[in-house]
Amino acid sequence: MQVYLPIAEVSVNLFVLLGLGTIVGMLSGMFGVGGGFLITPLLFFLGIPPAVAVATGANQIVASSISAVLAHLKRKTVDLRMGMVLLVGGLFGSGFGVYIFNILRELGQVDLLVRLCYVLFLGVIGALMFVESLNALRNSRRGAPPKRRQHGWVHGLPFKVRFRASGLYISAIPPLIVGFAVGILAAIMGVGGGFIMVPAMIYLLGMPTKVVIGTSLFQIIFVTAFTTLLHATTSMTVDLVLALALIVGGVIGAQFGTVIGMRLKAEQLRILLAVLVLAVCAKIGLELLLHPSEIYSLSAGGI
Amino acid sequence: MRRLASLLPLLLLLITSPAFAQDTTLPQNAVPQEEVVLGLSQDQVSIGTDFDGSNILIFGAIKRETPIPEGPPIEVLITVAGPSVPVTVRRKERRFGIWVNTDSVVVDSAPSFYAVATSAPWSQAISDVEDLRQRVSIPRAIRSVGAPMTVQDSQSFTEAVIRIRMANGLYQMAENTVVVSQQTLFDTAIEMPANLTEGTYRARILLTRGGTVISQRETVIEVRKVGLERWLFNLSREQPLSYGLLSIAIAVAAGWGASAAFRMIRS
Repeated sequence: MQVYLPIAEVSVNLFVLLGLGTIVGMLSGMFGVGGGFLITPLLFFLGIPPAVAVATGANQIVASSISAVLAHLKRKTVDLRMGMVLLVGGLFGSGFGVYIFNILRELGQVDLLVRLCYVLFLGVIGALMFVESLNALRNSRRGAPPKRRQHGWVHGLPFKVRFRASGLYISAIPPLIVGFAVGILAAIMGVGGGFIMVPAMIYLLGMPTKVVIGTSLFQIIFVTAFTTLLHATTSMTVDLVLALALIVGGVIGAQFGTVIGMRLKAEQLRILLAVLVLAVCAKIGLELLLHPSEIYSLSAGGI
Repeated sequence: MRRLASLLPLLLLLITSPAFAQDTTLPQNAVPQEEVVLGLSQDQVSIGTDFDGSNILIFGAIKRETPIPEGPPIEVLITVAGPSVPVTVRRKERRFGIWVNTDSVVVDSAPSFYAVATSAPWSQAISDVEDLRQRVSIPRAIRSVGAPMTVQDSQSFTEAVIRIRMANGLYQMAENTVVVSQQTLFDTAIEMPANLTEGTYRARILLTRGGTVISQRETVIEVRKVGLERWLFNLSREQPLSYGLLSIAIAVAAGWGASAAFRMIRS
């Protein structure tokens, strides 16, 4: 059944969209990621204009993050104060990101920027995750003790704040910077940024793992909601019909994903996720490197 | 069968029209000698949520007050053109090992949709001079004033517009698809793809003899988004803030609703 998307102005099969939403929802339930890094490139492959894919992807993440955060709030695994600090940075980052996005859209380079960001971030994160989880898998077989948390340069900065839920007493500057950086990514790549935020919180801020996912998701809701609003008001590329189809699929998929996720071991899950991330990265990277079948592209309107 | 049914009233009109019964001894050079009478299966295309392309049947008859003239047979050309808007064409080049958009040319005015159907092979249907005058063929329907000095081969950018839109089904060149019977009745079907944009589309019918246009007629087809599509599109353009807030509200409600629903199922 074809459905005409009013903003993207293309007609897409509804079941393909629902299926896409379900698969991505399943992955997000399995791995605890928003799934934005998958949904946006997959929408490119379907022929949705990149600007619409990015803006609509942000909207979809709002929905998937909310249902996850509610579960975390119940288990009290959200550091609200840390979330607020990250959020302040995130909102500024998001505004800056949308600004860059619109400038590049006018220059005709937004496609390149989005793809480059994907290759870079997915490549680095995927590779790190792959190596780290392989090591963890090997260590868990040998039974080696886990590494201890370290005190780094992060702890020497001013404006110290006590984050009770995380058991931290650190400067507010690093969380603000992390939030800002992730906010930019959210706007440009149409992702929540959880895949950057989570490692940054663990390794850079030294937060305990149990509050990381909940806190990251908490701030992602607000940053992606803000990004959606900015895209809707500046580039007008949020497609509600597309978002709705993805959300419906995603919400159902997430529940199945959670069940599957509980049956697999943490290291196995992370290797799977790493392979997936690297595969998406390779696909986008190849498109940049290989000679395109059509070197011309059209966009409506003059400059 | 639908095609026939829609042709029938026209046929009747033609037979009963006084023009047909008139004295045929009038001088040959009475102007106009041959005229187009035109019909459309629909003069409006509605883009709803389930829009999946549309097929428009264009039919008509050639009305004449004199007998069929001697010489080359009458040929019919039918064009349907979407609204003309500027298009930015960008070309990728390899820079630092990756493919990057570099040169760009603004094509001043290109129809968002353009279909040409003829009753004979192109060269037989219309002469090059007439094509230039009437802007019938696809390259002539596109207007490109000039490219910036930095771009040498601006022609290839216009060609790219045609190539890409032909691949999308937005530009069509269909020779020999207009059926002309008895040198009087003609009909053709124009396929409008699913990736159509809104606007007022112009349908043009040209009659030619020996490559020269002897009569033409124009009518409009309105392509409009309807219902939810129209409402959402207008809201996103006129009240972007409300539209953005609505999208967020829907996402929040869906996320919260889903977790509430599954909690209920589990407990």
